[in-house]
Amino acid sequence: MDPILLKVLIGTTLLAASSAVVGAFSFLKGESLVGDAIAHALLPGVVLAFILGQGRNPLYLIMGALVAGLVAHYSIAFLERRTKLKSDTAVSLILSSFFGIGIMLMSYIQRTGAGQQAGLERFLLGKAAAISMQDLYVFSGLSLLLILGVAVFYKGFQLITFDQDFSASIGLPNNLIQFVFTVLTVLAVTVGIQSVGVVLMAALLITPSAAARSWTASLPRMLALAALFSAVSAALGTAISASLPKMPTGPWIVLVLGALGFGSLIFAPDRGWLARRRRARANQHKTGSENILKLFYGQEERRGEGVQLSFDEIQQIRLHQKDQLLRTLEGLKKSYDLVQNGQKFNLTEKGRIEGRRVVRLHRLWELYLTERLGMAADHIHPQAETMEHVITPEIEKQIIRELGEPELDPHKSHIPYEND
Amino acid sequence: MENVSVEVHNLTVSYHSKPVLWDVDFALPTGKIIGIVGPNGSGKTTMLKTIMGLLKPDSGYTEMFGKPLDKVRERVSYVPQRESVDWDFPADVMDVVLMGRYRKNNLFKRITEEDRRIATEALEKVNLLEFAHRQISQLSGGQQQRVFIARSLAQQADIYLMDEPFVGVDAATEDAILKLLRDMKNEGKTVIIVHHDLQTANEYFDWIVLLNTRLVAAGPKEEVFTKELLQEAYGGRLTVLSKLGDLISDTEFPLREPEFKEEKPE
Repeated sequence: MDPILLKVLIGTTLLAASSAVVGAFSFLKGESLVGDAIAHALLPGVVLAFILGQGRNPLYLIMGALVAGLVAHYSIAFLERRTKLKSDTAVSLILSSFFGIGIMLMSYIQRTGAGQQAGLERFLLGKAAAISMQDLYVFSGLSLLLILGVAVFYKGFQLITFDQDFSASIGLPNNLIQFVFTVLTVLAVTVGIQSVGVVLMAALLITPSAAARSWTASLPRMLALAALFSAVSAALGTAISASLPKMPTGPWIVLVLGALGFGSLIFAPDRGWLARRRRARANQHKTGSENILKLFYGQEERRGEGVQLSFDEIQQIRLHQKDQLLRTLEGLKKSYDLVQNGQKFNLTEKGRIEGRRVVRLHRLWELYLTERLGMAADHIHPQAETMEHVITPEIEKQIIRELGEPELDPHKSHIPYEND
Repeated sequence: MENVSVEVHNLTVSYHSKPVLWDVDFALPTGKIIGIVGPNGSGKTTMLKTIMGLLKPDSGYTEMFGKPLDKVRERVSYVPQRESVDWDFPADVMDVVLMGRYRKNNLFKRITEEDRRIATEALEKVNLLEFAHRQISQLSGGQQQRVFIARSLAQQADIYLMDEPFVGVDAATEDAILKLLRDMKNEGKTVIIVHHDLQTANEYFDWIVLLNTRLVAAGPKEEVFTKELLQEAYGGRLTVLSKLGDLISDTEFPLREPEFKEEKPE
C-alpha cells in the first residue's frame, strides 16, 4: 500500500476515534446539538486563521477554532441564562449566525482571490486524503492528547454528566470541569473537521456513541466501542474517497457511521429494535397462552374438572384469530398444559395450576382495585385483564398479605388458591 | 441549643426572580432525625439546595457545625431527588455508589481498594449487595432510592440531607430506609429529610421544621405538630405574600437593594 495513504489512514482513524470519545459525553448529557453548533461556529475562526497562517500553519487553525468555539459556547450559555429563549433556540441562533459569518468570509476570500479556495473548501466537507503531512502529525498528536484528557478527567466528566447537583455538593469545581470539557469538545471538532468538515461534524461526535450505547451499559466500554466504530468508519471512508478522485471524505465517513448506527439500533441485543420486537412477541404469546388456560379453568369451575373443548367451542368463548389460536394451542400442547383427544382439548394438572393462578391474579387485582383504589366494580375488568399477565409471585404475595387472604372478589366469585 | 448541626440565618431565596423562601431563620440540633415538612411549593427543596450551596440566597446565610459549608464539606452528604438524574446513564449500581467516594482531592486518582470496601459495606446496609453489578436502568424506584442512599453512606458524613427519599418507594424500601435512619441516629449522625406527607411525618421524625415559604415553626415534634401550626402551614398560602411574590417576579424587581448586605460579621 502507498505509504502516504497508510499514514493518512492511521491519522484519520485517530482523529475520528478521539472526536467520538469526547462527543460521548455530549451525547449522554443530551446536548448533541451543542456539538453541532460548535462545529458550525468554528468556521469563521478557522477561515480567518487560514488566511493569517496562509494555510500552512496548523497552530493558527487550532487557535482560531478554539477562540470561535469558546465564544460560541459561552454565547449559547449566556443566551440561555439571560434571556427567555429556550435552549434549542439559543443553539440554533448561534449556529446559524456564526456559520453565516464563516460562509461570508469564505466567499469574500474567493472573490478577492486572496486565499487558496481549494484548500478552504475542505473545511466544509473534509478531504482527509489531501491533508498535508505536517497537519497530519499535529492533529494526530492532538488526538492522543484529547483521549488522554478524557482519561484524566474521567471521574469529573462522568459525575457532572450523571448528577451535577451531587458533584457540586461534594465541592467539585463544576464550572472548571465544564470549561475543560468545552475546550476538549472544540479541539475534538477542530481535529474532526480535518476528515469530515464542519457540516457533518455532529455525526462524528454523536453517532458513534449512539451506536455504542445500544451494545453496552458500561461507560468505559461505551467509550471504547464508540472510538472503534468511529475509527472503522474513518478508515473505510478515507479509503473510498482516496480511490475516487474529487470525492470529499466527510460524506463517506458519515455514511459508513450512519450504517453502523442504524445497524446497532436494529440489531443490538436487549436495546435493539429486533430484540424489543422479540420481547413484544414473547409477551403476546404469554398473554395468549394464559388466556386460554384461564378459559379452560373458568369452564371447569362451572362444569367440573376435566372439561373438554373443541377448537370451535374455544373460539366461540373467546374471539381469536384462527391461525393465532392454532399456534397458541400447539404451544400449550408442547408445554404439557393441554392434551388433545381427537378433536377436543383438556387441561393437564400442570395447565390447571397455571389457569388457576391466572384466575386468582385476575380476581385479586379486581379486589385490590376496588378496596385500595376505590374503583367501581364495573370499571375494573379491563385493567385486570392486563395485570393478570404482569403480576409476579412477589407482588402476588404482597397483595394477598395486604388484603388478608380474601375469599371473594368484588363480583362475589371465589378466589382460588394453590391448595384449593 | 448546645450542639447545632445546621443554622439558617434570615434566609431569603428566589427562583426565576420569584421569592420562594422569605426570611427563614432556625437552628437544628445534632443526632436527630429531622423533617423539613410543608405543602407542595413551600420551598422545602429550595431550602435543602441553598444549605448545600447549590442555590445562591438573595440574603442571609447558612452554616453547618458553626462553619461555612466549604470548611466542613466532607462531613456533609446530600441525596438529591431520585428523579433529578437520568437513570438510563450507562453505569451499574457499584459505579454510582463509588461516586460517594469522589472528593476534590482524589478527582484525578484511581478508585482504591478501600473505596471499594466502603462502597460494598454501604450496599450491604441497604440490602443491595446482590445488585452490585446490575445496570441502574433496570432498577425499580425503591432500588434506585436505596442506591442513592448507599452512595450517601459511602461518603461517611456526619450530616445527611435527603430530598424526598420516601417518594415512590415500595413498603420494603420504606422500612429499610427507616431502620437505616434510626441506626444512623444511634451512631450520632444527623439526618435532615425533606418530606411532604403529613401522615407519616409524625412517625418518622424527632424534630420538625414546618415550612410554607416562611418558617411556620421549628422544634421537637411534640411542640410543632399541633393543630394550629399545621393549619397555618397547610391552610393555604398567605395571599399577601404570594401576591407580592408575583408582583416582584412580573416587574423583575430586585428582592434586595444591591447596597443592602447582610453577611455574617467576621
